[in-house]
Amino acid sequence: MLLHRLVDNDFISSLQDMHRLRQQLNRLLATEPGMAEFPPINVFSSDNGALAWAEIPGIDPKDIDISLVNDTLTVRGERRPETAGDSCHRQERLYGQFTRTIQLPFPVEADEVKARFFDGILEISLPRAHSDKPRKITVTSE
Amino acid sequence: MATGLMQTKEHADIQTNGNRAADTQRTYTPATDIYESADHLLLLTDMPGVKPEGVDITVEQNMLTIHGHVSMPKLDGYSLMHAEYGMADYRRVFALSNEIDREGIQASVKNGVLKLVLPKSKKAAPRKITVKG
Repeated sequence: MLLHRLVDNDFISSLQDMHRLRQQLNRLLATEPGMAEFPPINVFSSDNGALAWAEIPGIDPKDIDISLVNDTLTVRGERRPETAGDSCHRQERLYGQFTRTIQLPFPVEADEVKARFFDGILEISLPRAHSDKPRKITVTSE
Repeated sequence: MATGLMQTKEHADIQTNGNRAADTQRTYTPATDIYESADHLLLLTDMPGVKPEGVDITVEQNMLTIHGHVSMPKLDGYSLMHAEYGMADYRRVFALSNEIDREGIQASVKNGVLKLVLPKSKKAAPRKITVKG
């Protein structure tokens, strides 16, 4: 019975719901200046570097500030409310200033960092520093 | 929370998610702001990763359903190293009151935010009645 429940799809999806709820609560409860968990960031890695995707819907790309020191990436910005004066019935979206810092497992070639913003997602491509890349040494015969 | 003009149908949404458990695609409930002005309601919904053509909005009887289909560029050679958010479609259902002019609903998507303008019908708009002297 227990085993059956454990593998039940509904049970697993309710666990995922709980996990999501916890993440949302964590975000809501992060009250210090610059909401700690906003924006959420996914990081993808490859042999040549990493790609960071941050979900920041509704921000003006001009209000995003990206800086990089060695292997540490910092994203700062501010999401401004879109309307003023109307009465508000429900507010679930977060507004205000944010700062996120992530440390990468390798130093980054700062001059080659690129960023673009599409559909509410900030994409930062972070190439691995040339000096840090593994070097292949071929043996020459005499 | 309920406004006179619009209610969120959290319960209906959860039921729908349960029914969808058989198919592997999950949906998220997107964060939404609702503002009211004299002649319309304004709905702002966060849907990062959704293009304008990926949004389906249907009004059936008094139910307004928003569905956002996430389309992400393919990342060849990359593997997910660290994840703080999931990538799945968005879905949310609202109940509209009769005071909303269904024909006049307008939708736009910009920077991953869906903006819905729901005009109040003329009947419901406040009228100023002047007293003749």
